[in-house]
Amino acid sequence: MVLVVAACLIDHPVAIFLPRLELTLKPPMYLHRLLLICSLTWMASVAMQPLSTSVAESAVNFTDVIQPIFAQKCVTCHGPGQQEGGLRLDVRIRAIGELASGQIAIVPGAAAASELIGRVTSDDEELRMPPVASGEALSNTEIEALRSWIDAGAEWQVHWAYRPLGRPAPPPTESTSWSRNAIDHFVLAQLEELGISPSSRADRYTLIKRLYFDLLGLPAAPEGVDKFLADEADDAYERVVDRLLDSPQFGELWARHWLDKARYADSDGYEKDRPRPDAWRYRDWVIDSINQDLPYDQFSTKQLAGDLVGNATSLDRLATAFHRQTLTNTEGGVDQEEFRVKAIIDRVNTTGTVWLGLTVGCAQCHSHKYDQITQQEYYRLFAFYNNGDEADTKVPVAQFASDEKARALQVELESLEQKLAERRAELARDPAPWEQRLIERIAAGNNVVFQPLDIHKIESAYPVDFRQLDDGSTLVEGPNPSENMYSVYGSTRLTDITGVRIEVLADPSLGGGGPGRTPHGNFALSEVRVYAGKQEPMGIENRVTLAMAEADYSQANYDISAAIDGDLSTGWGVSSEYNQNHHADITLATLVHTEPDGDRPHYVQVVLDQRYGKQHTIGRFRIQLRQGNMLKIPNAIEALLAKDIAQWSQPEQDQLFDYWMLTDRIVQELQTQIDKIRQKTEMMVRVIARREDLRKTHVLHRGDFLQPGEEEIVPATLDVLPGMRPRKDTGMADRLDLAHWLFDEANPLVPRVAVNHVWSQLFGHGIVRTMDDFGVRGEAPTHSALLDWLAVEYRRLGWSRKALIKTILMSATYQQASRFRPNLLPIDPENRQLYRQNRLRAEAEIIRDMYLAAGGLLSSKIGGPSVFPPLPAGVAKLSYASNFSWNTSEGQDRYRRGMYTFFKRTAPHPNLTIFDCPDANTTVVQRTTSNTPLGALATLNNEVFVEAAQGLARRVLATIDGSDTARMMYAMRVCVARPATGEELQLLLGLLEESRTWYVDHPNEAKAMIGNYQPDGIPATETAAWVVAARTILNQDEFITRE
Amino acid sequence: MKQRLRHHLNESGSCDVQAAIELQRREFLTTTASGLGGLALGSLLSGDSALAAGPGSDPLAPRSSHFPARAKNCIFCFQAGAPSHIDLFDPKPKLNELHGQPLPKSMTENVRFAFIKKETAILMGSNRKFTRHGECGMELSDLLPHLGSVADDLLLVRSMHTDQFNHHPGQLLMQCGRPDFGLPSMGSWLTYGLGTESNNLPAYVVLTSGRGSSGGTTLWSSGFLPSTYAGVLLRETGEPVLNLQNPPGLPPELQRAGLDTLRQLNQNRYQVVGDPEIASRIASYELAYRMQLAAPDLIDLSQESQQTLDAYGLDRPEPKDSDGRRGKLGDTYKSFARNCLLARRMVERGVRFINIVYASWDHHSKLDKELPYNAGVVDQPIAALIRDLKERGMLDDTLVVSAGEFGRTPLGENRNEAKNNTGRDHHPFAFSLFMAGGGIRGGQVYGATDEIGWGVVENPVHINDFHATILHLFGMDHLQLTHRFHGRDFRLTDVAGEVVSDWIS
Repeated sequence: MVLVVAACLIDHPVAIFLPRLELTLKPPMYLHRLLLICSLTWMASVAMQPLSTSVAESAVNFTDVIQPIFAQKCVTCHGPGQQEGGLRLDVRIRAIGELASGQIAIVPGAAAASELIGRVTSDDEELRMPPVASGEALSNTEIEALRSWIDAGAEWQVHWAYRPLGRPAPPPTESTSWSRNAIDHFVLAQLEELGISPSSRADRYTLIKRLYFDLLGLPAAPEGVDKFLADEADDAYERVVDRLLDSPQFGELWARHWLDKARYADSDGYEKDRPRPDAWRYRDWVIDSINQDLPYDQFSTKQLAGDLVGNATSLDRLATAFHRQTLTNTEGGVDQEEFRVKAIIDRVNTTGTVWLGLTVGCAQCHSHKYDQITQQEYYRLFAFYNNGDEADTKVPVAQFASDEKARALQVELESLEQKLAERRAELARDPAPWEQRLIERIAAGNNVVFQPLDIHKIESAYPVDFRQLDDGSTLVEGPNPSENMYSVYGSTRLTDITGVRIEVLADPSLGGGGPGRTPHGNFALSEVRVYAGKQEPMGIENRVTLAMAEADYSQANYDISAAIDGDLSTGWGVSSEYNQNHHADITLATLVHTEPDGDRPHYVQVVLDQRYGKQHTIGRFRIQLRQGNMLKIPNAIEALLAKDIAQWSQPEQDQLFDYWMLTDRIVQELQTQIDKIRQKTEMMVRVIARREDLRKTHVLHRGDFLQPGEEEIVPATLDVLPGMRPRKDTGMADRLDLAHWLFDEANPLVPRVAVNHVWSQLFGHGIVRTMDDFGVRGEAPTHSALLDWLAVEYRRLGWSRKALIKTILMSATYQQASRFRPNLLPIDPENRQLYRQNRLRAEAEIIRDMYLAAGGLLSSKIGGPSVFPPLPAGVAKLSYASNFSWNTSEGQDRYRRGMYTFFKRTAPHPNLTIFDCPDANTTVVQRTTSNTPLGALATLNNEVFVEAAQGLARRVLATIDGSDTARMMYAMRVCVARPATGEELQLLLGLLEESRTWYVDHPNEAKAMIGNYQPDGIPATETAAWVVAARTILNQDEFITRE
Repeated sequence: MKQRLRHHLNESGSCDVQAAIELQRREFLTTTASGLGGLALGSLLSGDSALAAGPGSDPLAPRSSHFPARAKNCIFCFQAGAPSHIDLFDPKPKLNELHGQPLPKSMTENVRFAFIKKETAILMGSNRKFTRHGECGMELSDLLPHLGSVADDLLLVRSMHTDQFNHHPGQLLMQCGRPDFGLPSMGSWLTYGLGTESNNLPAYVVLTSGRGSSGGTTLWSSGFLPSTYAGVLLRETGEPVLNLQNPPGLPPELQRAGLDTLRQLNQNRYQVVGDPEIASRIASYELAYRMQLAAPDLIDLSQESQQTLDAYGLDRPEPKDSDGRRGKLGDTYKSFARNCLLARRMVERGVRFINIVYASWDHHSKLDKELPYNAGVVDQPIAALIRDLKERGMLDDTLVVSAGEFGRTPLGENRNEAKNNTGRDHHPFAFSLFMAGGGIRGGQVYGATDEIGWGVVENPVHINDFHATILHLFGMDHLQLTHRFHGRDFRLTDVAGEVVSDWIS
């Protein structure tokens, strides 16, 4: 490859560009004449004569020249992972130290005495490095570079990405008229050095279209374009920027950028790929946070450790759902620990990619081959996450002030709460001592009786030992099978049974204190069945229907309701509330009325089916039968009532008063109404929460959860970056310390990576093009001083995303025209020097949005549960066992922005994946763009895109009452902002006329072509012809391209 | 209409588009392959034609391989769910003798099972009869008579092993080389490395029969590669390719007229802005149009003789006793046969990789009903496919593969009742697959398992080795076919893989 490229290059006048920051002196004159190739790998560069000249003339730059040789050709065997012969070339102190052989590889200042030079130049194939078998070889130029570098003292420089951030001063430029802000100085200085002039400012149509595209992901509204064009004030452009940054659609578009990084989706991932109906709530948090311009450091900290911040709110906890986007495997027979570890590895790797721009993931199996990250360090990062467990938390459903329904509910809630407060005050004013009345009321009103089932036999599907304890509970001992079914036979003398209470109880003999028999204490109650009758044995005819179930606690996805749903693959569990008692109250659908029949009792059989496997069976339980309604005095209240009234403390009095209120009929009614609204206004979401019973972390050999190493690893950060300053009072460092470290003033990497993300959204590429690799094998920045200036600026702006974006948008660099400049193609074909803007195709979701917006169909609703726009038949069926059905949304939910489409990981919507939407399984910091015939077919023929064409035709015909030409002009303006050229009009009017002629002869086809988009007073044949034209306009490259 | 089409097809390769592609080519000549494909593509670029594959130009342009290829196309029948090697491919008389006995604890001690309860697990013999076939005397189950008739073309590997025993990770490993999401599948890697030979159909096509697999579309995604390299589903019902049909009410002539106008609009724009990406977009619309004509032609089986249809078994009735059927009634036999025939028709049209996914092999119970039904689905069509390819002289460079994601346990599955074992659990330590054509040496049984089919005792082959060998047959060095993502050079074979040279003729 190198040879091919080098050969090509020799045909062109080329030379090497050295990043400007590295040049401390004015570069030699010839560099001015030389043209610029940044895309070259370093290897190709050194093959070129000019560099070897510069090598001879000045000290070889370690970062640009030497380190890449080491990284590419040496450190696999002589790096952080392996140190063959005792040589390690990624750390200076080791590289200049003594080898196993007693020799010294690098003697600073003396290449001739350095064993490294001896070995790379040896004639003996056995001795020469790199070994022939490695397929690597050093060129003479490379060897010369090494020699001169050693002779010059073998100075080691820190890799550019880890170097402390200064605040580079914008360099002076010869031209002073072009630059609009500091950014432009950095860009122009490099261009001037190469003798390239920047492009002129884009025309105003392009500018406003670009701003709409980059800030909202929508076509520029014709009214907005007109206004901007008519606005001759100097700050017209700036005011558009401000207005769009304030638009709520800004948060949608930029949230979507972030959601790529969060690998956000609406389903579990593996096999059954169950839906996550709560996932959207986190997505809305992102939208809202970006619209509120939550500073990036806080935005990040909340997502990494929202549960640990001081006075964490429910929304802070919600933010941690960032790391709950990992996949979940509910396939039969999986080892949950295996996938827990996998999820944590994903969290570590995602953190590395998103915030550090480093491929830490390589170190999960072995020390990093290229970057200075050891496997030990990897598991130090792992340790931060090892104690953040998957948990659920309750959050408000609505977050947007704009949500009218939520606001109405809120008003209602407030009014009810007001009434409740009034009633409370009324009760408190009640002259009679309420304490006494409480006792009386309870004594009179509480008709609920619980009675333990009188057990005479328990059968078990797999052999275990049942031991009856004094409190009526049963302890399970002996063999510990993977799954089980307990059939509990008993009798009762209660006359009217309304329910069954299953208590699962903690016990010191159980793993984790129980109540389950797993090592950690969980169980899974797949199904409860209840039988009742006058005699034994009982059959299916005695089965009692179960109406509802409530538990004091259920873990996420294992709600008690799953134990009466007839589905053995679901069940009730209590992770991770172990070592405590829990109970479930199951209400029968009909009263079991048991007339006393002499001395004969009534028989009841309760079956506890536990099919989850992996020893998720119940370790200790008690079964009680319930007579009467559900109202029962809580144990705590009962205990208080037993105490002398005079002994009640103030909190106890409050507690009793609260309970007393609950016994009031009016309060009960109000409370029921309030609860109902709360159910609508609050929801459970999947989040990360600190685990109290801290796990120990070990290095996992080759990343295998079954092969932990001996040594215990404590949470710590990467050695290559400035150290962490953990909070003092929290013991072991935690995720909040990790987040603080990322945003510590001393950490230079995180702001560099962060501004690179923002930059790439506005230019199509980062200043560091390898967005996901700031390590030694990644590419160096094209504008390193600019990168650092922006990084420092971001911090100075208080991490305000909007302010940073505005700074970039206000630059002349951003506002350049995007036209290609053929004469510069041989020099800088990829426009690395930013002598023009780049043309960028819209992202998958945005393509849909643009079409719908042009067709006047796009819903402006923001947030809320994901939606199900039409999906071609058969797509949903591709998922496992065809277990997924797609219930197409109605009304405006068919026309929501693409980002709200329900994303099923194993069967995503083709309209998204066809246009390179990421699959949400791994974090993505840069999307790919591909042009495929499938994409063309989609925008030509797919239902939603055709509807957009129909909508656009109707919009044009209904808006413009005039000639074909006027209408066509309008259609083009709607789509591409600029006025159509004469030739374009001619082409489109020709198509219109041809279509018109055809549809006049085919009225039925015309009706089909216009669908439901018939404008008033215009014949279908006419409208159909416009649909054909509209469809063509919408399929233009320009429509979905940011220019 | 037809004339008009020809006119346009000719035209589409001329003037501006040509200029744009030339520009693209020149652009590429002056850069390294640091854009799309990066070093990996670079390492493949030995011929001048390949240089056209620069960023923005046709990423599916044919590219030459690292060294001369044996295979040009691959038809991979993915038997998802994992068929029982013991009952189909790997006879174990000793297992029958030991039927009903537990395994020594030492053998199961450190073994994980998906569903089997170790305490009560016992060995379960096979009710299948094995007979010898062909000159090579290959032993196959009585459920595979048709495959027996092509035994001399088959390479039967009995020594496969994997390290995943849950379906979805196992299927990802088999398709993508690692048990992880977000990676390109085998078909993506091949089209990424070699481009396409078809100018009117996708390079990588997926067909499914029966129920959905555990992996769903993740099994044919392009992962971190551009979606150009993703498998395209050829749909069983409705339009063969999504969005192939013009919208209701739009006649072909207006579709063409619209596309002509569109092309001119795009060309005009190209004149203004000079972005070669526009040329690429124009090309994709033209290919879409050709696909609109080619795909219906592909699935039009009226051009096939009755003899061919019968050989594949297109009109076979569904067995009356279809108790082993998983999923909907009625059309699995026909569907799988049709997919095999379509695969041949696609190879004729230059499709590089065809993945037929059949996901009904997860037989935890009712093995004796499930196996006859499901073996019946695949046996005749795959055998017919191999014979048909051979008769047409296409087998030499078409590789046919049939494989699941793992094997099944010699132990009976005792999930519900300890005694009535009727199925087998997941088994990663040994399984069988077979291949034919594409440079494979047929009439060969490779590798062996122990007496009960538990572990491999001779010539173990990991899935990474299997992939390395497939790439080798396509003339690709699995170590060189790489793509950098998240800073790492990924390959189909992860960090392992040895070419099994004994497989190659």
